[in-house]
Amino acid sequence: MVEFLSFRDGESTQEPAVTVESFTGQSNATAVRIEPGEDARELLPHLDRISLIEVNFPVYGDGRGYSAARIVREAGYTGELRAVGDVLVDQIVAMRRCGFDSFHPAKALDDAAVERALNRYDDVYQKAIDGRAPIWAKRHPETHNG
Amino acid sequence: MYRYDSYDQAIVDARVEEFRDQTQRRLTGALTEDQFKPLRLMNGLYLQLHAYMLRVAIPYGTLSGKQMRKLGEIAGKYDKGYGHFTTRQNLQYNWIKLADAPDILAELATVEMHAIQTSGNCIRNISSDQYAGVSADEVADPRPWAELLRQWSSFHPEFTYLPRKFKICVIASDDDRAAMRLHDIGLKLVERDGVVGAEVYAGGGMGRTPMVAPLIRDFVAEDEIISYLEACLRVYNRYGRRDNKYKARIKILVHEIGVEEYKRQVEDEFAHMRELGLNPPVEELARIRAFFAAPAYESGLSDEIDRSNRAFALWVDRQVAAHKAPGYAIVNISLKPIDGIPGDASAEQIGLVADLAEAYSFDELRVTHAQNLVLPHVKKADLFAVWQKLVAAGLAEANLDLITDIIACPGLDYCALANARSIPLAQKIAARFAAAERQAEIGELKLKISGCINACGHHHAGHIGILGVDRRGVENFQLLLGGSGAEDASLGQITGPGFSEDGVVDAIEKVTDIYLAERESGERFLDTYRRIGMKPFKEAIYG
Repeated sequence: MVEFLSFRDGESTQEPAVTVESFTGQSNATAVRIEPGEDARELLPHLDRISLIEVNFPVYGDGRGYSAARIVREAGYTGELRAVGDVLVDQIVAMRRCGFDSFHPAKALDDAAVERALNRYDDVYQKAIDGRAPIWAKRHPETHNG
Repeated sequence: MYRYDSYDQAIVDARVEEFRDQTQRRLTGALTEDQFKPLRLMNGLYLQLHAYMLRVAIPYGTLSGKQMRKLGEIAGKYDKGYGHFTTRQNLQYNWIKLADAPDILAELATVEMHAIQTSGNCIRNISSDQYAGVSADEVADPRPWAELLRQWSSFHPEFTYLPRKFKICVIASDDDRAAMRLHDIGLKLVERDGVVGAEVYAGGGMGRTPMVAPLIRDFVAEDEIISYLEACLRVYNRYGRRDNKYKARIKILVHEIGVEEYKRQVEDEFAHMRELGLNPPVEELARIRAFFAAPAYESGLSDEIDRSNRAFALWVDRQVAAHKAPGYAIVNISLKPIDGIPGDASAEQIGLVADLAEAYSFDELRVTHAQNLVLPHVKKADLFAVWQKLVAAGLAEANLDLITDIIACPGLDYCALANARSIPLAQKIAARFAAAERQAEIGELKLKISGCINACGHHHAGHIGILGVDRRGVENFQLLLGGSGAEDASLGQITGPGFSEDGVVDAIEKVTDIYLAERESGERFLDTYRRIGMKPFKEAIYG
């Protein structure tokens, strides 16, 4: 079983994450945690000083964190993006596609199941954050850089 | 028709194996029902009152003879010999064993079918016009767009845990045969300066708070539709309500913040997203479009139909619609026999329709949201032969859009959510109005029954709608008048206090009597209702 999963090179950030409100109000924190319902765009002016963004999933069915993740990645954030809370093996692939590169689930995951999930689908239909060439790009290599 | 390439097939095959693995873990007890539920619900498998129900996607309601035959085989092998066609152009099996579900999905995958996202809070099966590609009045065939959206929405990484389910419809005619404006997002293809794009409507839906979707953009070009829809979905995913499942659909968001504010937020997001390279190149839509090229129609065919058999002539007048190619016709097959279950077909009937599609309709079939079937390209010279085979199979009812062409949800006979039984009521109404002359006299009258507030039977959009409720443990039926799911979309109004099952049948008869007495030349029931209003009907019912 695995309690923490990282797809980043090197060490993960250990600094405790502060709330979005206290983060935007103080200048020295470098780790911040987004709760569902908080606007990830509030962080965009500060991305260059952030080394860790945690996105909390209190329940797996609350999908707001997927949009939060894409928003910070689309804005060029390259630091650690960590999914925490009710993160299940069945969500890891979608979360990876939205730009999450580390995971701290409330309940440890089965390594083998994670491995199977990550390798289940060879191809994807959409362009997302993970850099994978969508199927439409593979179908038309001459028209798209993929 | 669209055909999978190796990419499409690999995804569907991988899904079968994933679900087989998940089901195996459930059967051995490694997963609890609570853990398994969200997994099976992503794949159309519901636990109903008596058994598992499996909902199979029929993308935009189009399928081949081979696919149809497979649906019939599965009905015979794994169900009690029936399939149920739904208002979402899908097919449901009501008597499925959990252990069989992976094998059924594997069989479906052999004919390029699946149950992906037929449930769950994700983007559901894309629906469309059952006359797509064959009606003369369309701007373009909407199905290539629908297929593009099917692929884009399959396993979408950002939009799989939305506040609530999300239904998209694509049409391309002024005549709306798909209830487009009662979808979470409706696209209507339009032409501007020789270029085809989409009008976008958002925030429609039925359920306990029915809304007709307002227009939010008058044109989105084909090479920007994906980024525009991503913008629509992102605003909804972020701000749609999650505190109350009954207020979680996009219609509530659009209503609460107002259409102008929703539009503004979508436009802001779109301005950002259109720069992200999310749209497939136009060559991809062109690739898909090539699959939907018109079949090789014969030329020089006669438009004459021999009407000497009176029953055949009546069926032609009611069930056959104009086709864009000379000498061809669109055949509507009624799944509403007077004593039947609306939308149900037996394994044998499904097999026969598959045969007819192959022999007479360029191997193509459609499913309609009104729970009927369509053979889209039948030579007029073949109509009599087709009709004879339908008669032999009990499929030649001539009641399209008449009062006995009833839409009904499965209701309390099957559904765990229902408050009342829809099917027996549909049968009683059909029996009361069974006489063909009487139905013809009343003319077009769309009657729709839902067994609970979730409105799967589209009661809000019925010219006459019926909603089954539970009143202190007793089934009670509310009557609504004046709804429409067509291009003149409107929501029905409740007449007043509800009725017993027999009482509501009597009330409908009074309503149709008032209509027949009050109508002016050429008016449908709906037109008369709109002209004279609720009052005379109310007086007749309760007076």
